[in-house]
Amino acid sequence: MVFEVPVEKWASAVNTVTLGATAAEGGTRASTVTVGGSTTLPFLHFEGEIPNRPVIAMEVLDMEPQSWPETLSAPFDGVLNDPAAWAKKCVEEYGAEMICLRLLSAHPDSLNTGPEEAAAAVKKVLGAVGVPLIIWGCGQADKDNEIMPRASEAAAGENCLLGSAEQDNYKTITAACLADGHKLITAAPIDINIQKQVNILVTEMGLDAGRIVMFQATGGLGYGMEYAYSIMERTRLAALGGDKMLSMPLLAVVGPEAWKAKEAKTLEADAPQWGAEKERGVLWEAMTATCFLHGGTDILVMWHPKAVEMVRTTIDGLMKK
Amino acid sequence: MALTGLEIYKHLPKTNCRDCGVPTCLAFAMKLAQKQATLDQCPHATDEAKAALEGAAQPPIKLISIGADEKKVELGNETVLFRHEETFHHPTGIAVMVDASMAEAELLDRVRKIGEMAFERVGQNIAVNLIALRGEGAALAEAAAKITQNSPLPLILISEDAGALEKALEKCGAKKPLIYAATEQNVEQLAPLAKKFSCPLAIKAEGLEALAALSEKAQSLGAADLVLDSGAREPVEVLAHQTSIRRAALRKKFRAFGFPTICLATGKDASEEALLASQFIAKYAGIVVLDKAELWSLLPVLTARQNIYTDPQKPIQIAEGLYQIGTPDENSPVLVTTNFSLTYFTVEGDVEASKVSSWVVVVNTEGTSVLTAWASDKFNAEIIAENIKKAGVDEKAKHRKIIIPGYVAVLSGKLEELSGWKIMVGPRESSGIPSYLRNEWQAAA
Repeated sequence: MVFEVPVEKWASAVNTVTLGATAAEGGTRASTVTVGGSTTLPFLHFEGEIPNRPVIAMEVLDMEPQSWPETLSAPFDGVLNDPAAWAKKCVEEYGAEMICLRLLSAHPDSLNTGPEEAAAAVKKVLGAVGVPLIIWGCGQADKDNEIMPRASEAAAGENCLLGSAEQDNYKTITAACLADGHKLITAAPIDINIQKQVNILVTEMGLDAGRIVMFQATGGLGYGMEYAYSIMERTRLAALGGDKMLSMPLLAVVGPEAWKAKEAKTLEADAPQWGAEKERGVLWEAMTATCFLHGGTDILVMWHPKAVEMVRTTIDGLMKK
Repeated sequence: MALTGLEIYKHLPKTNCRDCGVPTCLAFAMKLAQKQATLDQCPHATDEAKAALEGAAQPPIKLISIGADEKKVELGNETVLFRHEETFHHPTGIAVMVDASMAEAELLDRVRKIGEMAFERVGQNIAVNLIALRGEGAALAEAAAKITQNSPLPLILISEDAGALEKALEKCGAKKPLIYAATEQNVEQLAPLAKKFSCPLAIKAEGLEALAALSEKAQSLGAADLVLDSGAREPVEVLAHQTSIRRAALRKKFRAFGFPTICLATGKDASEEALLASQFIAKYAGIVVLDKAELWSLLPVLTARQNIYTDPQKPIQIAEGLYQIGTPDENSPVLVTTNFSLTYFTVEGDVEASKVSSWVVVVNTEGTSVLTAWASDKFNAEIIAENIKKAGVDEKAKHRKIIIPGYVAVLSGKLEELSGWKIMVGPRESSGIPSYLRNEWQAAA
């Protein structure tokens, strides 16, 4: 009996995006990261090329996180109030390939810090680590329009990834991105049509489609993971089918979503039926990330170093030909 | 996959003789495609046409069941490669391994613990479905008998020893265990055994081509219900094989692969096995067998399965009514939201984060989010007012103020009139709840 492996002939590929600029490229990064470029579905080496492995960015907040469970804060003991030291630990001890700096303190409900503080945090983290940076605002549109241009300027020439441009708020961040030579995250709430629309809007401002990474919101395991997973699959299929406005690499925010789940943070003492919290929380984050790898994500933003290590091992295995 | 009218038409006589009662062969083909007619109404259909159309009427992946009573596990009958195309139908069976060489007390303790690996999430029970028993010689039959007396879960009997399997089947064959696994070496003994006891048979080969040949051989020897193991163990190879098998069955109607699959998640610890299991669940595994299962590792595995097998067209809903978050009292805020599980759990998480104990009135909007429910008139002033009343919240909170989602601010006037409660307009996004409860609510209270 002859069995022929069924192979799909895809028309196109995911865009390739490089983040970070070394001295030769006008920046100060010691390393760069390249994602995308696949001509097939995730890890189907028998069918196409997968030139770049998915990468893990570890997230650092610009203020001490509130109410993190012990399991999560323990690996960062002593550095959670210092984003530069926190980032350094992520890179040097935990092998982060990128740092995602989240400028949370600017939120009006938080410390309501301004553009000066944002720029200072960016500079400190850039100085502390040599890996490429993702710089992400606080999530409140008006405040982000205030701080992101200065944060972007503080990293001019470093080829960072800025987040995020949204359907009803994209102009300021896109302009900053263009001015300072960065890449851009376009965001849409689990909606492939809105995602495409945002991509069209920012490219109409003159940003090359090759400078975009897409973020379509993430649901943690048990809390909408399947929505994000299916949107990723649909987007990857659209890219391979040749839709140029959906061909950008994908990013997933795993850490914050996974650790929102009560199954991740509740202590065994309070939920004996769920077993040991130490392993459970880490696994919750690692499994959320692992499912998204198969959905087609290119950049995973993660929190716990042990989950990072587990997912890195998983990626190693999936990249073996 | 069902044939279209035109595909069926190719197999008909194309004489338009009307003997079937329909004016043309094409019209009859259309009726067949819509299942409004059957082929035996055509007296001229050739045997060849009958065979072709009957073959096409079979599901591309056969439905296999393991176990005999209410705990039986049904696998297969899948129709798509991606869940968004329709849905995945029969959730991956999760099996945990025990060894027949274990001492009786240890074995029964493990079996009891496996039975306790069951959780309730969003109103559904999620649990381990199968016990995989590995063993040789007489120990296999003894352990199989003990397990079937002590657990309702169906068995997978794992052995290379045909004699041991036969003895075990004599003890527990009526419970329809899955026999694992026939190989090129022993298929001639195991396939007739599967037939004799009417049990499903797993077949294991090294690689896809060998697996296809073995599948045909097992079927020709009388084993009708198969479960496939391509022998792949490295995750990247498992993914390639799982994808190829599913594609061949669905796209090429390759009958040798028209069965569910089985994957072994074997790792250095329970975390690694759980991560392997989640990948196999996402990528088409019919059964996943874990060796090192703990409560904390099975909860995420079963949750991943629940997520992946949720029908994209039927969002998970929670029951309508009054929910309490923290320890609310008569002065605590009352919020209203919809019964789409994600909407509710997002609100729940944000209220918890606010550290302000609250009451939440959940309205049945058939599992839609706030904006969708409002747009389809399932979350209007009348319905909300009725739900506030039904939930009995007036007995719980004395302030008679209710917080509605910012997106439905437009309902305020009418809702205030109908309910008699003072309406406060909350944030549009759930993420604004902590700040809202700490600031606006505290100021109003």
